[in-house]
Amino acid sequence: MSYLEIKNFIKSFDKTEVLKDISFTMEKGEVLSVIGSSGSGKTTLLRCLNFLESPDGGKMVLDGEQLIDADGKAKESEKALREKRLNFGLVFQSFNLFPQYTVLKNITLAPTLLLKTELKELKKTLKEEKKPRREIFSILKERKETKKREIEKEGGLLLDKIGLSDKKDAYPDQLSGGQCQRVAIARALALKPKILCFDEPTSALDPELTGEVLRVIKSLKDDGRTMIIVTHEMGFAQKVSDKVIFMANGIIEEQGSPDELFNNPKSEKLKSFLISNNDKEGI
Amino acid sequence: MQNLLLDPTFISVSLDLLAGFGETLKIFFVTLLISLPAGLIIAFGSMSKIKPVKWLCSTFVWIIRGTPLMLQLIVVYYGPGLIFGQGAGLDAYLSTFITFGINYACYFSEIYRGGIQSVSKSQTEAGLILGMTKRQIFFKVVLLQVIKRILPPVSNEVITLVKDTSLARIITFYELIFFAQRYIKNGGLLWPLFYTAVYYLVFTAILTLLFRFLEKKLSYFKV
Repeated sequence: MSYLEIKNFIKSFDKTEVLKDISFTMEKGEVLSVIGSSGSGKTTLLRCLNFLESPDGGKMVLDGEQLIDADGKAKESEKALREKRLNFGLVFQSFNLFPQYTVLKNITLAPTLLLKTELKELKKTLKEEKKPRREIFSILKERKETKKREIEKEGGLLLDKIGLSDKKDAYPDQLSGGQCQRVAIARALALKPKILCFDEPTSALDPELTGEVLRVIKSLKDDGRTMIIVTHEMGFAQKVSDKVIFMANGIIEEQGSPDELFNNPKSEKLKSFLISNNDKEGI
Repeated sequence: MQNLLLDPTFISVSLDLLAGFGETLKIFFVTLLISLPAGLIIAFGSMSKIKPVKWLCSTFVWIIRGTPLMLQLIVVYYGPGLIFGQGAGLDAYLSTFITFGINYACYFSEIYRGGIQSVSKSQTEAGLILGMTKRQIFFKVVLLQVIKRILPPVSNEVITLVKDTSLARIITFYELIFFAQRYIKNGGLLWPLFYTAVYYLVFTAILTLLFRFLEKKLSYFKV
């Protein structure tokens, strides 16, 4: 059984079928790139994996746990959805940093809020166990302080990782696009997702800024992270991926190793896609 | 009092109008107290996924924004008495507060709605991805950005309200303009009416500075 298994994903918006029967698998520690022209369904696929859209049909199993069973049709609680969502991280094309918070706070905000929720639940269970008030208070306090320290420390390490330690007190609008995207990556990593997804992470960047973002993603691969990358950077996809999926019109037209797809494309659609991409790079 | 109305000095008029302006301020502050929070409720109503709620709120906003405030005042003040017989109505104070409160709530609701919708989608998704609850997303992520965005249009409405208060005179709410008009009736004296402009101008100047201060406070980030 593979680490991630997607079976027969189907998704329509109104009458348009965006995903038609998408199935693939990937292993832990692999990097999977998804390529294809605009409108081929790449982003929708990613949004389904991250529970921003729910597929009309299909199943998803991650690490032995069934996360999506669209055929079952049971409506899920917001809480269950939230917990499932945390299996995945997503880096958006347009960064979507929180403008009113500093770089460090952007990274630590979500873990801090999760801690708050966790402490609330802990308090409830402690109360049910009829522990004395004093004891509950000191348990919660200690827990909060150690965890907070951990979160801050982790934030610092992540900033080191993306090379922006000196910018920790800056606000997003004081950063370049490349720096913003690196912060967005750190923010996603702070929640320790099992699989980190990227939705065209360099498409909103000036060409001279794409390098720094791609280098960070490359370093994550070296750390053994499992990643799914929707990208238009063919050269990068070829270099960094273990597996590539080429999508066209909502289906997986071809999938395999980067070598197979880029040097030995079989389908006509992939051939013409690669040629038109080369042309663009040639200009 | 009668004496000073017939034979007023500059000081006596100033103090008299100040008292009138106190009444004006009552309308101003009570209206804000009602309409700022009520607007939020209406805004959420008109963005609701429940169709009847959405429809009801939008229609209500349309009616209130589509008719003159003066007409609304008259309807609320005289309407109940006309329908249910004399003595059924509210007094001028209550009618004014309710009408102004509802009227401004509708205007604010549209400002809120625009602000919330302009911020929310991508920021909400970022929050969802990070495992935040809807509540956390609204209060920790969206709200401050919305406030920053709506500050200019809200300041516009608030300043309009300062002057709209003079409409309450139509249902015998004794505010600043009414106080000044007494001098015309009693002694044919026109200048106190012109003089009221100073009170409005000074107060709107204070409000303008206040809003500028708030905008500056929130200028440390961009949305």
